[in-house]
Amino acid sequence: MFTGFMINAWTIATIVAVVAGVVGFFVVLRGSAFPAHAIPNGAFAGAAGANLVGLNTLLGLAVFSVLAALGIGSLGRRGRHDVVTALALVMMLALGALFLSRSTQYEPEIFSLLFGEVLGVSSTEILPVALLGLVCIGSIAALYRPLMLSSVVPEIAEAKGVRGHRMESCFLLVIALATAMTVPVVGALLIFSLMIGPPAAARSVTDRPLVAIALSVALALSTVWIAIASSYITNWPVGFFVSAFSAFCYVMGRALGALRRSRFALRTQIATVAG
Amino acid sequence: MHQLYTAVFEPGFFSSEPVRVALGVGAMVAIVSALVGVFTVIRGQSFGGHALTDVATAGGSGALLVGMSPLSGFVLGGVLGAGAMEMIGVRRARGRDLATGIVLGAATGVAALFLYLDTTSGATTGATQQILFGSIFVIDGSTVHYVEGFGSLALVLLGFIYRPLLLSSINTDIARARGISVRLVGTLYMLVLALSVGLSSLAIGTILSTALLIGPAAAALRLTKRMGWTLAVAASIGVGATWIGVLLAYDSYYWGSSGNGWPVSFFIVGLVFLAYLASGLPVVRAVTGRRMPSDLNVPVVER
Repeated sequence: MFTGFMINAWTIATIVAVVAGVVGFFVVLRGSAFPAHAIPNGAFAGAAGANLVGLNTLLGLAVFSVLAALGIGSLGRRGRHDVVTALALVMMLALGALFLSRSTQYEPEIFSLLFGEVLGVSSTEILPVALLGLVCIGSIAALYRPLMLSSVVPEIAEAKGVRGHRMESCFLLVIALATAMTVPVVGALLIFSLMIGPPAAARSVTDRPLVAIALSVALALSTVWIAIASSYITNWPVGFFVSAFSAFCYVMGRALGALRRSRFALRTQIATVAG
Repeated sequence: MHQLYTAVFEPGFFSSEPVRVALGVGAMVAIVSALVGVFTVIRGQSFGGHALTDVATAGGSGALLVGMSPLSGFVLGGVLGAGAMEMIGVRRARGRDLATGIVLGAATGVAALFLYLDTTSGATTGATQQILFGSIFVIDGSTVHYVEGFGSLALVLLGFIYRPLLLSSINTDIARARGISVRLVGTLYMLVLALSVGLSSLAIGTILSTALLIGPAAAALRLTKRMGWTLAVAASIGVGATWIGVLLAYDSYYWGSSGNGWPVSFFIVGLVFLAYLASGLPVVRAVTGRRMPSDLNVPVVER
């Protein structure tokens, strides 16, 4: 399990989980679950297109996810955000379907692009993915304060000169970069569950942002590691395990959060009765 | 004239049986999706509608696995998914998006597993492509009756809850004050949505069915002021996009020398997308007399 090509799988999955954990925290905080679901599907079209014309897949992924992010950002300014997101999403998918139907390897290609193929990662892919990951984490770190401000209290952020719309576009771009690197690993449909399951769980357990980010990274890491191990043993697709464990994280997080709140309520009740 | 005619309609378009079935099924699916979609857009549930398609994917691929027809899987999966989302149903929009996302993520995971098992069991080749992207050309005659049945059921249900649904979509408080059970109406509406998603999954594939649901409705809401007109325009855009899409896909077999056509789902989604973009053009707005795109004017639903 820890030899040869599996080393690549472990390395790349670890990078992906760290990035998904950090970026995902803001996805959950800002409530951008829908764009975070839509952009990876743009990446799917990009990969399919690059495949068709024989370009580097990572390049196609990056170009198309950035295009999807910019499209959602600029169209969303005039129309309703959720409508535009939905339409951009299906348009990208339809393009992907078209590109794939033009190429020769239809069926396996769709499956691996949508649902991921972590076990087939080659060692040459690690360096670009690591670089992209660094860029993502770096931009989140650079944007940390204004991004946090505009996510939690948009009005105050606006008053302090943080432009809400520009912040949204920047954040969508970060999602696009994170997506470009992760789609080949866990697939377009499942990077999404990694980006919202663990962070949502972390957020319902703690209110302190840095603790929540650390916890969300830890949960994402364990999700991915357990998923790879299970996938190796059972030979079932890794995406299934990723999404199953992400959903499990969320349910556990909700339960713990509810427990924490009820205990807090009980304590205040006791305090009022005693006081 | 005749040359132009054959250039637009390649030979055999009208005499081909698959094409006739595709046109009929496509129209039914497009009408149901567009009408249901108007409410989806007004209620701001685009994400929920889209998530249902992913749940339907899981249902469809599971149905293939046990040897049932995908349509029953689509509908069953959609109804179960709608129930799950209604059950989690967090009041605030942000929480609702998250709950929707979790259901969606879990469903795609299950779909991945089922599709993997479908392809490796060897019973059904091309399962991934068939379920996800669909093909309106390969619907067999017996499925048509189910499509008609489910479609009519969805339309009747929608007509039944039309007024309370409209009121509770636009203003929950007034609806409640008038004694409408907002929760019940919402649940019935989710059922209708699940039915319509199941149908459109069959026609253009689960992933792309969001296009028929959201696109025509959003465009129509930008173009019209009265609800009746909105519904009519949405249905026309949906049917138009589907029929022209089928025609273009049929013609595309004759475009290259390769002899394989372009996917019909691509054309349908592309046309729907173009219709939405066109509805926002200044020229169109000047003609319809709307100064702002009307989807900004739709009252925001109290969540």
